[in-house]
Amino acid sequence: MNFPINSSPHVLPITSVPIIMRHVLYALIPSTIVYVWYFGFGIFINMLIASIAALISEAIMLRIRNRPIKPSLADGSAIVTAILIAFSIPPLAPWWLPVLGASSAIVLAKHLYGGIGANIFNPAMVGYAILLLSFPVQMTHWIPPQIENLGFQNIDLWSTVLYSVTGSLPSNLNLDAITQATPLDIVKGGLKNGISINELRSGPLFSQLGGYGWEWINIFTAFGGVYLLYKGIIRWHIPVSLLTSITIFAALFYLYDPNQNLSPSFHLLSGATVLGAFFIATDPVSAAATNQGRLIYGASIGALTYAIRTWGGYPDGLAFAVLLMNLMVPLIDRFTTPKIYGQQQ
Amino acid sequence: MATATVIFAGIAIVLAILLIVSSHYLSTTENEVIDKIESLLPRIQCAQCGYPGCRPYAAAIVTDKADINLCPPGGNETVRRLAKFLGSDFSPVTKYSTTANLNEIAFISEELCIGCNLCLRACPVDAIVGTHQSMHTVISDHCTGCRLCIPPCPVDCISLVSRNA
Amino acid sequence: MLKYPLFQSFYGGVHLESHKNTSNHKQIARDFLPSRLIIPMNQQFGSDAIPSVKVGQLIQKGEVIGKPAEKNTTAVHASCSGRVGAIEKHPVPTAGKVSTSTCVIIETNDENNIAAQKPPLFKNHLDKLTAINHAGIVGLGGAAFPTAEKLNRKSSHCEMLILNGAECEPYISCDDLLMQEHATEVLRGALAMMEIVGAELTVVVIEKDKPKAIEAISNAIETIGSKCIRLTDIPTMYPTGGERQLVEALTGKEVPSGKYPIDVGCICQNVGTAYALDCFFQLGEPLINRIVTVTGQGVKNPQNVAVPIGAPIVELIKFCGGYDGEVSQLILGGNMMGYTVDTDQLPVTKSTNCIITTKKATTPKPFEIWPCIRCGECIPVCPVRLLPQQILKAYENKNFEELGKLGLSECIECGCCDVVCPSHIPLVENFRKAKHLRMQEIKSSELSNAAQKRYELKTQRLSSQHANTEKLHADLKESIKESSKNDMIKAAVERSKKRRDKK
Ligand code: SF4
Ligand code: SF4
Ligand code: SF4
Ligand code: SF4
Repeated sequence: MNFPINSSPHVLPITSVPIIMRHVLYALIPSTIVYVWYFGFGIFINMLIASIAALISEAIMLRIRNRPIKPSLADGSAIVTAILIAFSIPPLAPWWLPVLGASSAIVLAKHLYGGIGANIFNPAMVGYAILLLSFPVQMTHWIPPQIENLGFQNIDLWSTVLYSVTGSLPSNLNLDAITQATPLDIVKGGLKNGISINELRSGPLFSQLGGYGWEWINIFTAFGGVYLLYKGIIRWHIPVSLLTSITIFAALFYLYDPNQNLSPSFHLLSGATVLGAFFIATDPVSAAATNQGRLIYGASIGALTYAIRTWGGYPDGLAFAVLLMNLMVPLIDRFTTPKIYGQQQ
Repeated sequence: MATATVIFAGIAIVLAILLIVSSHYLSTTENEVIDKIESLLPRIQCAQCGYPGCRPYAAAIVTDKADINLCPPGGNETVRRLAKFLGSDFSPVTKYSTTANLNEIAFISEELCIGCNLCLRACPVDAIVGTHQSMHTVISDHCTGCRLCIPPCPVDCISLVSRNA
Repeated sequence: MLKYPLFQSFYGGVHLESHKNTSNHKQIARDFLPSRLIIPMNQQFGSDAIPSVKVGQLIQKGEVIGKPAEKNTTAVHASCSGRVGAIEKHPVPTAGKVSTSTCVIIETNDENNIAAQKPPLFKNHLDKLTAINHAGIVGLGGAAFPTAEKLNRKSSHCEMLILNGAECEPYISCDDLLMQEHATEVLRGALAMMEIVGAELTVVVIEKDKPKAIEAISNAIETIGSKCIRLTDIPTMYPTGGERQLVEALTGKEVPSGKYPIDVGCICQNVGTAYALDCFFQLGEPLINRIVTVTGQGVKNPQNVAVPIGAPIVELIKFCGGYDGEVSQLILGGNMMGYTVDTDQLPVTKSTNCIITTKKATTPKPFEIWPCIRCGECIPVCPVRLLPQQILKAYENKNFEELGKLGLSECIECGCCDVVCPSHIPLVENFRKAKHLRMQEIKSSELSNAAQKRYELKTQRLSSQHANTEKLHADLKESIKESSKNDMIKAAVERSKKRRDKK
């Protein structure tokens, strides 16, 4: 009898890249549901368009780079990138916005650096940053929560689709009338004009904890994150250090002057904080490698996010914080190499 | 506008100073570069590159811009390392006159050796021992397989064998 | 007297799915005797033994058939009475691969099949160690290092004898069964070792997933009543059974790179070795059989068998009911660190602790491999605290300097990183290749360095020789110029005159 020769260990693998990506997608389900509850079905349209665009650009790039197409398309990483981009653009958006975001993420941030595993920057955040810098108007006009008693005009699914495809709304709706800035945006603009936090937060877009609706989206995103932790897909180091550092900074400044600085709960529960902590900063490819390094990485993102939100030019700084820290990863990795067993140092 | 200009000019000046200082302190001398290149060569000293040895060749690469693909024993692997170090383009080794390499060593057939001492003088790395009128032999650990001892032997008693045999 | 917190933990490791219950519910089968034994001469670490019998000779069980080639290696004995059928080269599993070695082939018979002799008597300590070598006793954990040598390594005082019954490999259960059935003998063997090395404490380490073995050992400790044996049950975590990991877990100290556990005051011995030693000391029986776990989905009756050394694997499998359907792989050793062999026509050697027959091929071919996604999963599981992902990258870039810095040579090839990698990269396979390439690279660069050195010396010598000759010539010319020619002529005339006068 002749048996094949294989290299040890002789074990069936316990996980795989597609399994990881699939769990990430599952974990995003709760927050998607809440998102739809508050902002309508627009995000579904964006997710669909972004995913298609991501898959097509992935296939084209793999073809150009002469790599096998099927395994890389099937690993699901392109879809995760697309879904994260859909989360970060307004629910009411023209179709080319998600297309541009997803394809630039895949082409520029992923494949030009050598494909999965070799990208320095988080692709989703590169896509988002490109959109934000190129189309600030479209990217910062969100529809208000689609809840009847809030006093805003609501738009239905059909109008959303129509707007996405044609860029125009039915005649009874006016774009400027139905869109608002995000809560973080409003606070930023308001503080500049000398309005105090208390006054700002009495507006209809705000609730007890943060932006109206946003707090629940963030909380449900955290549920998804806990699922990932439970499944062992991500390790606790990045989310915990990121959230802790944001909380600490926010708390310090809030204690110093509650009228000029947002409360920690507002920082935690608005914008992309939780999504960033569990889903974006934990992207393995562009994060630090060792546990110690990840603590530093997460904490620095938290601090930078707070700094950009408070003193920078953009309402939400998470994307830029992540991209900046991506640059620092090689350095962090270098200084957090564990001491090898039995070697004195 | 004015402030911006001043700030950027300031940054430019500071960076320029940094660059100048670092290039001063971190500069490498030509000799160090030659050392490094030499260490990337196989150092068999076979002279097949057209230079009397590996160091002269390394020096020629630095001073005369000699091609980096002249060393047959090193093969394409060495060219690749050189290209990486020098930041130049890779091109395969052109000369394949002989295939001297570290896996082979010279072997002197002891019955035939007439003790002429010619091979000993040809060996660049002192791998042959012997004296006039008596049998010569190759120290196998020292031999680099450069084949330079083969042509001078008047009775053709030197052959190449595999190093591990 | 307890100086250490006897179990902390070691760094890294993974929890693996256990397969021990495939084979550990049956007693050790003791009636296996094949008609032919192929006894290899290269079973121990170090140089091969030299066959000391002739073809056709009748031999008895326990008789020496291979003499140690050097002082520090072990002898090989006949595992059964019979006739020497041949002495020839035969494929043998050795250290991770199949190679050929001289083997003594014995056609067995049942006559005189009793190895038991008198317990040996020793004049002194050295005598004892030599006797252990002559009894062919080697470490039965897998490396087959001569036991006497290990016990004799005396670079510092040995405080603790670690009796390794951890058995962290998911399929192997031979130590488990041995401890259950022969707890007293194992402990007696350990006491004998402790006496030889002069340790004060023996710690028996067993993973928690072997409750029966733990019970048997703790009962035996009570019966023996020795104060200096302790039992520590440790959490099930691969690879606790590794010597270095055990030392780290038990003492909190690390064995320095390139050193042995004795350098931090510990000696590790496998429970099987202790048992073999006891058999020798009590009955005079040399090491002629060992317990082998035959397991996996591909064999009908998985079980532990006391196998005479040299029994062909194919016979052993037949004894266990034969193959069960199509078998995809034959693994010697555990599924984590064992190796596949392509044929079952190999003998069981002293280091064969387990034979696994799998039905579905495992790593790496049937799986898709993705590029490393830098997920970092491989980092916290590495017991040596390496960065497998960085080593992989350095290997792909053929950056040997970096490989050295990253500690490639410290990798114990445990496979933890491999198991957790979501990209299914065969890391261990790559690291093995990397080690090999790096050794080659180091060797050839040493050669080149030496060649360069001698070349420089030769060039220097030649040029200084050259300069010397030049100088000599110049000096001669100079001196010729200085003394006038006339004087020289006069002197010559003078000399010839003198000679004539003499005549
Ligand atoms: S060809 Fe020979 S002498 Fe020239 S660099 Fe190569 S090994 Fe050295
Ligand atoms: S013995 Fe011959 S082949 Fe070997 S190094 Fe000397 S000259 Fe070269
Ligand atoms: S195989 Fe080597 S690198 Fe991988 S976990 Fe084990 S010791 Fe670490
Ligand atoms: S586990 Fe595999 S994919 Fe993850 S970092 Fe390690 S080598 Fe890369």
